[in-house]
Amino acid sequence: MRVWLAHHLDATRRALRKLAAAPINTLLFLLAIGVALALPAVGQMLLANASHLTDSTPSAPQISVFMTHGAETRAVAEVEGRLRKHAGVKQLRFLPKDETLTRLKKNPDLRDVINALPGNPFPDAFIVTPGDGSHAAMEGLAIEFRQWPKVEHVQLDSDWVRRLDALLKLGRTAVMLLAALLGCGLVAISFSIIRMQILTHRAEIEVSQLLGATEGYIRRPFLYYGVLLGSGGGFVAWLLVGAVALWLQGPLSELAHLYDLTFELQTLNLRDSALLLGLSATLGWCGAMVSLRQQLGKFR
Amino acid sequence: MIRFDRVGKRYPPGADALSDLSFEVAEGQMVVVSGHSGAGKSTLLKLIAAVEKPSSGTVLVGGLNLGGLARSALPYLRRRIGIVFQDQKLLFDRNVFDNVMLPLSIAGFPPRDAAQRVRAALDKVGLASREKALPIMLSGGEQQRLAIARAVVNRPSLLLADEPTAHLDRETAMDVARIFTEFHHVGVTVLIATYANELFPATRHLRLDHGKLLP
Ligand SMILES: Nc1ncnc2c1ncn2[C@@H]1O[C@H](COP(=O)(O)OP(=O)(O)O)[C@@H](O)[C@H]1O
Ligand SMILES: [Mg+2]
Repeated sequence: MRVWLAHHLDATRRALRKLAAAPINTLLFLLAIGVALALPAVGQMLLANASHLTDSTPSAPQISVFMTHGAETRAVAEVEGRLRKHAGVKQLRFLPKDETLTRLKKNPDLRDVINALPGNPFPDAFIVTPGDGSHAAMEGLAIEFRQWPKVEHVQLDSDWVRRLDALLKLGRTAVMLLAALLGCGLVAISFSIIRMQILTHRAEIEVSQLLGATEGYIRRPFLYYGVLLGSGGGFVAWLLVGAVALWLQGPLSELAHLYDLTFELQTLNLRDSALLLGLSATLGWCGAMVSLRQQLGKFR
Repeated sequence: MIRFDRVGKRYPPGADALSDLSFEVAEGQMVVVSGHSGAGKSTLLKLIAAVEKPSSGTVLVGGLNLGGLARSALPYLRRRIGIVFQDQKLLFDRNVFDNVMLPLSIAGFPPRDAAQRVRAALDKVGLASREKALPIMLSGGEQQRLAIARAVVNRPSLLLADEPTAHLDRETAMDVARIFTEFHHVGVTVLIATYANELFPATRHLRLDHGKLLP
């Protein structure tokens, strides 16, 4: 166990020595990897924030049906009956105009305005939860409801949430693709850096083999080099994401304020941070592995 | 310690580098392998260090049949043999101390013991004061002695040297020859390939001629 540990410590030391031997190069490599990884990572951060936003709004699709102003009770009851019997309606809630008036009067900003109006300016309304929440089905229902007598206006309430959801889905696919693409890029970077390292340490490798070095002794520092490069690049990416979050925080909360939302931009959470570091380390290791397999074969 | 039994070696296209070679070297012996350039001296040493495999016959070293040795066993064999290469194979980006340290760190020696051994080996070849020097700053004789220090730092029971006195003036060559004789005197089996066999007067000689052993 102690010997095993000593071997790995020694390999880590040798890998660090290789990194420290060319500090400018190392820095540039880390920056290149970091920037490449930061792109999908920033995307992931924005997505996480956006989906957090949609989670907090009711996303169950609803249809609002507004009666014409001053529609008689009989006409309202007629529409209610049709809605109740309708096969596409799962749930129905009636919002009488008086209730809407009292509810809005509780809002101190609106109270004066409403009091100044003659009578009740609000129509009776129904909130319909359809059985099929798909956009096409809801669109169909809306068209049908609009043709009923005394129905003034039909509105698909969840439209913007659904659009955002669709957008998020697209965003997730894009981030995934970007991550896959740049992940391949990272493997390629790691591959060629390790290749260069193996070539510059050619003499050392050859001599070590002649002096009784095992395959593992020779490979390990290069593998660790790859892992260090990868995770170092991952860390740079993590810092970049944090910087972007900090930078966007101000403008975004200003924007959110305009919509009366309180919105706090979250940087990558623990899970995503761990994923970023783990993934980048793994990719660095992969590149080193492929490089070693390709290069060391030539030495025997 | 070493036994060659009808050993032949042919490099891919050409003629035989060694043919039908049989001899034995007992433990603790010192042997000089001599012969003209191209006679097969280096090839013979490479067969013992398992750098090359015999094309025919069997090579036994320390009881191991090298022809049937698994690749994974090779490193452990090499650690028991000290080799001074014809081209020395020093690492020019490391100082004297680190060059000699290499076999020990490969063998996984604890660093403190290792440092002591390195100093002892450097002391033995008279380079104790040059620890921090880079190989490029050493003279030819000093480089040769550095190569010897690296070969013996593991305290191998078998020491191989390929033309260790080439390119050295007579005085320096005698110094180097004396170092090998000293290792022989403490019980190490020593094989030296050289054409300057007059430097090693009192030892057993194997004479090679075009890959064959002369009687
Ligand atoms: N790697 C090799 N490939 C092909 N031929 C070689 C190789 N190494 C040595 N030889 C040939 O084998 C013969 C013996 O070479 P070597 O053992 O180096 O002789 P010496 O060390 O006595 O000068 C020579 O004819 C040489 O050209
Ligand atoms: Mg030779």
